[in-house]
Amino acid sequence: MSKTVQLTPPLTDKDVEILEIGDRVLVSGVIYTARDAAHKRLVDLLAAGQELPVDFKGQILYYVGPSPARPGRVIGAAGPTTSYRMDSYTPTMLQLGLKAMIGKGKRSPEVITALQQYKAVYLGATGGAGALISQCIKKAEVVAFPELGPEAVHRLEVENLPAIVINDCQGRDLYEVGTRMYRRSSETGVEPAACR
Amino acid sequence: MRQIETGEITRAVKEAAIAANYDLGEDLLAALQRGEQEEESPSGREIFRQLLENASIAGQERVPLCQDCGLAVVFVELGQEVHIVGGDFQEAIQEGVRQGYGEGFLRKSLCHPLTRANTGDNTPAVIHTEIVPGDRLKITVVPKGGGSENMSRVFMLKPAEGRAGIIDRVVTTVREAGPNPCPPIIVGVGIGGTFERAALLAKKALLREVGSPNPDPELAALEQELLQAVNDLGIGPQGLGGRITAMAVHVVMQPSHIASLPVAVNIQCHASRHKEAVL
Repeated sequence: MSKTVQLTPPLTDKDVEILEIGDRVLVSGVIYTARDAAHKRLVDLLAAGQELPVDFKGQILYYVGPSPARPGRVIGAAGPTTSYRMDSYTPTMLQLGLKAMIGKGKRSPEVITALQQYKAVYLGATGGAGALISQCIKKAEVVAFPELGPEAVHRLEVENLPAIVINDCQGRDLYEVGTRMYRRSSETGVEPAACR
Repeated sequence: MRQIETGEITRAVKEAAIAANYDLGEDLLAALQRGEQEEESPSGREIFRQLLENASIAGQERVPLCQDCGLAVVFVELGQEVHIVGGDFQEAIQEGVRQGYGEGFLRKSLCHPLTRANTGDNTPAVIHTEIVPGDRLKITVVPKGGGSENMSRVFMLKPAEGRAGIIDRVVTTVREAGPNPCPPIIVGVGIGGTFERAALLAKKALLREVGSPNPDPELAALEQELLQAVNDLGIGPQGLGGRITAMAVHVVMQPSHIASLPVAVNIQCHASRHKEAVL
């Protein structure tokens, strides 16, 4: 039976161990953003032995590149971007102590293994609900790489940002379980085939 | 010759780019409402509810529907009786995109493919121009999101693979995309032509009113079969499992070379944004 859990970083092993696929989470407090270009910068900094602009220990990373804020507004639309593009960087981020990521879409087997190894979770927010999710964001500021524009690292203060546990730290995957529940053998007789 | 000033073109493109990013079409809203009622999965119904709420907030509070305000694809049907005056036609369209994305507080999502440096103003738009009879100029601005575009494919089939091969590739594309392109999706399928034409047909297929039947009975039947097959995958809204993976499959077809059977599958997320202006 899925449950609803309030999550406020910094998170500990214990906070994420109780989370199971299908659980609803409401995230409040400070979270950080990063997508493609910011991840590359972060990993390049690490490779060069330099300090990172943010300490990710216990933190939640939101894969988002918001649209510009209108004057007087906190932020523009701010829904999740597709997560697999960050997969190659993720084990490194988890090694730094990152405890949760919010995005949308499938993760690689390597990421799912790393979530078990480092005790962390992957959360899905509703892709394409950028206007709705923006209402949960109370404060936003750029804390690193401002030259990346929408891809800069933002520090967000959020209240009850809704997400769902897609991959827990036991290696389970809600996308697989959910799809299996509703799959029908097709009347067209189409056999599964790899893209060629 | 009817004269159209480039300034009018710029204004029309700007307004269409902004409107497309804030106001969902009536056809799509109706499809989302149907989905909310018909989806069997509780989490799927909740997604439809959120998407309807998102559309309402976007329209009322002027927040873009999605932070990915897209690469602007601009379809132009230029009447052969029209004379464009006052400047460069292509540049007038680019300027409209530049102004729309700037003044509309839309995200600039274009970059140099290798350095990844942002171009800063969401140009260049991808423009497809057709010369048609008449003295009108029809412009359709389609902000295309990256997440669903990334899941799109072109296949060069052997003619022997036929209809079953087409169905197989469409289903395979949707299955492999899974939750990534923000289902419930719309699937544009282009069949025939050449390698590049099939892709263009697939994109054009996305522009048809969602839920409208294909006027060609052969293609209407193929669309129904494809829709059933992709929805049998069980991916559902946002990939959480459910009956509605796609709200529609639209097919456009034209003759191909006797050696070829090109098939393109253009995946469109649920935020199927496009706005039209006729000058």
